[in-house]
Amino acid sequence: MYDVIIIGGGPAGLTAAVYARRANLKTLVLEATACGGQIIITPDIENYPAAMHISGLDFASRLESQANELGAEIKFEEVTGINDNGIEKEVITDSNTYKGKTVIIATGTKSRKLGLEGEDALIGHGVSYCATCDGSFYRGRVVAVNGGGNTALDDALFLSNIADRVYLIHRRDEFRGDAETVEKIKAKDNIELVLNSRVTKLIYDNKLEAIEVTDNNGIIRKLDVGALFIAIGRVPATNIFVNKVSMLEGGYIDGEYCHTNIPGIFVAGDCRNKEVRQLVTATADGAVAVHEVLKLLNK
Amino acid sequence: MKIIEGTSENFESEVLKSEIPVLVDFNATWCPPCQALHPILEQMAEDSDDYKIVTVDVDAENALAAAHEVSSIPCVVIYKNGQETDRRVGLQPRKRLEKMLGVK
Repeated sequence: MYDVIIIGGGPAGLTAAVYARRANLKTLVLEATACGGQIIITPDIENYPAAMHISGLDFASRLESQANELGAEIKFEEVTGINDNGIEKEVITDSNTYKGKTVIIATGTKSRKLGLEGEDALIGHGVSYCATCDGSFYRGRVVAVNGGGNTALDDALFLSNIADRVYLIHRRDEFRGDAETVEKIKAKDNIELVLNSRVTKLIYDNKLEAIEVTDNNGIIRKLDVGALFIAIGRVPATNIFVNKVSMLEGGYIDGEYCHTNIPGIFVAGDCRNKEVRQLVTATADGAVAVHEVLKLLNK
Repeated sequence: MKIIEGTSENFESEVLKSEIPVLVDFNATWCPPCQALHPILEQMAEDSDDYKIVTVDVDAENALAAAHEVSSIPCVVIYKNGQETDRRVGLQPRKRLEKMLGVK
């Protein structure tokens, strides 16, 4: 029986593991793929206190080593469900069932999809959620980016140095991203802004050939593109906890001080309902969640 | 078994003519999810002789990547008896990769 089972090996989950081990708790971290979560795709972290410049991958690997060194067990298994049996919680994975006195949900978020016909089948054939991963396959081609936040803006800038032409499609006429980045975008000759518009159709035959874009007046435009990079935000990865812990519309788990509505089940990191989702708030959640775990266990 | 570096020269002998299932990992040094996938594949290669793991660097082997229509990485493609049987893009859990290979 573990004192605490942490679901998710991102910054929130691994920080929780560090704090839990320093409090001498028997600690299990369950990670579906590789430690680090969303931070691994950040090439350079510039806003984490005292770290100055560190890649997301290095950050994740250092945090994983730290948790390991302190004696946390990290297992690479995908969690498929949890059961609350009062003082004992069950966490079910693709290969085992684990029992714990407490659970911390730190599953983070995943890319939001457009929900268009063909979108899933076209992943790897012209639809991408990672410009830095796939941009170089479209050297000299025409591509589109959909979104209005910092990720979309950064993606468009990055792609403008590789692709021949970049359409940046956004449903409003103003961007949510940093003003400085917006200025850089506007200074680029090969980025065309397609504002007040949504992507309404994917046109394909095995691979993406064009997209249909509809503006706020209902005017439809067809854009021939080799790839569409979707950066329209993220959604919480909390599907497996539906009907187990209460959540807000949209799937975020509401929990002041990292509590959920179930005693002994806590929430930390980006999947928690909060205003600021940053590396520093994720790690902070990890510490707070363990503090609350300790309060419960010491009762 | 050790991970094999796939090239256009050895692709036929190592992958297409392999007698055991092959997992081909198309990757690049600048792709963070690819770097995160690598230790999973290393561990798998170490743990089993029932399948073979071949990694292809899409920069060094862009013709090979293009010939296999790879346009998103990491891209994992499974070959059995010279035929592609499954393919997935993105970081995958080990269990899913093993399922794709059809082994436990």
